[in-house]
Amino acid sequence: MPTAESSSWLGWLRPDGRKGVRNLILVLYTVECAQYVAHAIARDEPDTHVIGFSGCYDNAYAIRLMLALARHPNVGAALAVGLGCEYTQAGRLAQLVRESGRPADDFLIQETGGTTRSIDHGKSILHKLRSQIKDVARVPMTLADLTVGCECGGSDGTSGLAGNPVVGRFFDYLVDAGGRAIFEETVEQIGLKEILLQRAAHPSALQQLARAYDKAESYCKSVRQWSASPGNFAGGLTTIEEKSLGAFAKSGSRPIQGVVRVSESPPSPGLWLMDSVPDPHYMQFGYTNPNDTEGIMDLISGGCQIVLFVTGRGSVIGSPISPLIKITGNARTYEKMREDMDFNAGLVLSGEQTLDASALDLLALTLRVASGEPSKPEKLGHREYFIMYKHQDTPGLQQGCHA
Amino acid sequence: MESFNRNPVRAIRIHPLDNVATLLDDAVPGPVQIVGHEKMVVAALDPIAAGHKMAIAASSTGQSILKYGLSIGHAVRNIAAGEWVHLHNLASNYDQRSSTLDLQTGAPTDTSHAYR
Repeated sequence: MPTAESSSWLGWLRPDGRKGVRNLILVLYTVECAQYVAHAIARDEPDTHVIGFSGCYDNAYAIRLMLALARHPNVGAALAVGLGCEYTQAGRLAQLVRESGRPADDFLIQETGGTTRSIDHGKSILHKLRSQIKDVARVPMTLADLTVGCECGGSDGTSGLAGNPVVGRFFDYLVDAGGRAIFEETVEQIGLKEILLQRAAHPSALQQLARAYDKAESYCKSVRQWSASPGNFAGGLTTIEEKSLGAFAKSGSRPIQGVVRVSESPPSPGLWLMDSVPDPHYMQFGYTNPNDTEGIMDLISGGCQIVLFVTGRGSVIGSPISPLIKITGNARTYEKMREDMDFNAGLVLSGEQTLDASALDLLALTLRVASGEPSKPEKLGHREYFIMYKHQDTPGLQQGCHA
Repeated sequence: MESFNRNPVRAIRIHPLDNVATLLDDAVPGPVQIVGHEKMVVAALDPIAAGHKMAIAASSTGQSILKYGLSIGHAVRNIAAGEWVHLHNLASNYDQRSSTLDLQTGAPTDTSHAYR
């Protein structure tokens, strides 16, 4: 098995000491009205990715998420683009990114004067930012410097038998080598409270896990939404409990160190659960992960430099900022969507490969992607993103209606 | 999985307590080789697609259906060994909507009023 010592590659050192596997520029827009201009600025700029928040009213969760992405280890510099009317402040985002030691800039479209001038202005800023990050120090990285997340979507009967168990074994290797692993989807741990709590590393982790589980179950009951989709059922999964057992297999077998919230990075090495479920709030729960992309964004906000995506039914999505590696345990899906699938865990089900051998292959692929080899969605140009209104750690209502 | 019409058709029983096995190949009515814990042959009574479940023991209404050694819901009618186990005879202990989905496609049937 590759050890932390035997697998080393060059990454980019960030001022906070974290290391990136890419050196990207991030363009952020602060309202839907600035979305077209932001994308036009990034067009034909392969090292420039775009994210943004559509709402005009701001949301603390969305602001934290954008800041976590702009100060991500894979991001070297950022440009915030606003229209000018909206609550979310492009200037404050850029200021905080600068305070993290990264070059950053911002402008408002209304002040700059229209579409074409804003795109030209943005492009010229981009070129300046690029020249400022081209000499960022390259430093050796090992598995101990990696945070890897795993999400599953489009699950079928193979996901819990091959795709997720292979990731689980891979997570065991990563954790043993001193790295950080994050899994999420507490709404896909329904019925598993006991086995989840048995994995707690210590009493405080146990408390955090119990709280996260109870919130997820009460969330699902209250919104009458359970995290399963038509494709899951067509693929042979019948109940949320069954899907949950398969999804939980991605956590591997190591103790869980605790729970991180969206936009929070694991404070120490080991396996962590991310809680992305909205908190109870005076505006009601809202939605949790309305699509796969939303969950992937959460994992990236937790500092994951690489994200694994297990899909039995198949998917073509990618992600900005951190390369997405797409894994399927369904050999049929792998054959049908070879252009999009990075990894065939179906060999485990056909008996052609052991779980261990498959996990080691996945480790080798992850190391190649960490060293700069583009993953399939990355190569195809997939950079789907989704930032929504959500309430997590929202301060209580202080002001509002005078009526 | 080079061929999906293997002979014999295989299904995996993950845990010794399980009363269902997951098809690794597409099954037609006829013998299915159960792999995993305790090898045995069960005759499939229905066509069952790979990834779907087959009962390997009879269950009566209300009884827990076990996979991974844990409950994944309860039987909503008597199930014979060899039957396809899915939305028509297995219900979640949590989620009520899943029992209303189309058996073959999983498509929702409760939002038809919006498609007009």
